[in-house]
Amino acid sequence: MKVAVITFPGSNCDYDCYKALQLLPEFEPHFVWHREVALGPVDAVFLPGGFAHGDYLRAGAIARFSPIMDAVLEFGRSGGIVVGICNGFQVLCESGLLPGALLRNESLRFRSHEVHVRVETVRTPFTSAYEKGRILRIPIAHGEGNYFANAETLAELEGEDRIVFRYVTPSGELGPGSNPNGSRHNIAGIVNAQRNVLGMMPHPERSVEPLLGSTDGRGIFESLAGHLGGIPA
Amino acid sequence: MTRFHLEIRVKPRPGLLDPEGKAVHHALQSLDFSGVAEVRVGKVIDIEIDATDRSEALERVREMCRKLLANPVTEDFDVRVADQIVYTGDAA
Repeated sequence: MKVAVITFPGSNCDYDCYKALQLLPEFEPHFVWHREVALGPVDAVFLPGGFAHGDYLRAGAIARFSPIMDAVLEFGRSGGIVVGICNGFQVLCESGLLPGALLRNESLRFRSHEVHVRVETVRTPFTSAYEKGRILRIPIAHGEGNYFANAETLAELEGEDRIVFRYVTPSGELGPGSNPNGSRHNIAGIVNAQRNVLGMMPHPERSVEPLLGSTDGRGIFESLAGHLGGIPA
Repeated sequence: MTRFHLEIRVKPRPGLLDPEGKAVHHALQSLDFSGVAEVRVGKVIDIEIDATDRSEALERVREMCRKLLANPVTEDFDVRVADQIVYTGDAA
């Protein structure tokens, strides 16, 4: 399965995504520079973390208009698997492929540490290998991860089972201390209505090997391998 | 063609939590500036644009705001020529 990892000027998790994908024999990752205008034959697209275009104006606002993004939007709108991690999530929100926006962390601090997130739904191509309610230990590293959407959009996300991950305490509660950035409804990751586009602030590609301190993010790659395994390239 | 100098002010939408504004508010209070009810922090973007007339210049800048300069989910903008507000509205 061919997976495109898009590199923007300022991406810094593109190689991490590439390496994480390489851990599973099903994936053949390759880099695509943001100036390209076509994706070629791919089964999935990853928008990695980083600070594309220096995060100037707003995180993701300029990357959203990179030449490759037309192809990514078309791929995502026609049902192709798209994963945006951290800065990638910000790009997906700016592009309109996912609803809402990521605001400055409530604390005004850049937060770089492990968090706990709860798998809220397994009805996605990204979480089918987990059991619902599983608590993942996985790192965040962002200054603008405070998920915001209006009440109507939040109700839609809740009602349609589209909140994929929520920040929780180590014991899995939503209480005080669980939310590292002020996100509405403790949202750490969501999918679009068709459930083929995932955006998340935590970094699963940084928790795929024991050496990294956690392997809890592997399930996302395993879920995807299982899902794409049923789709001919 | 005339060159128009426009000032765009992009602000967090009212009611939306503005952590930066809040931090500045606290800093002002700690400096004993009393009576400050609210502080919001946005940004100012200066644009010089060549257009046939003012309404064309404004229309193009409004389009820039809708497409790139303001986030329709979280921000409002207004556009000024010199010191006079000529357009006020949200980015939606």
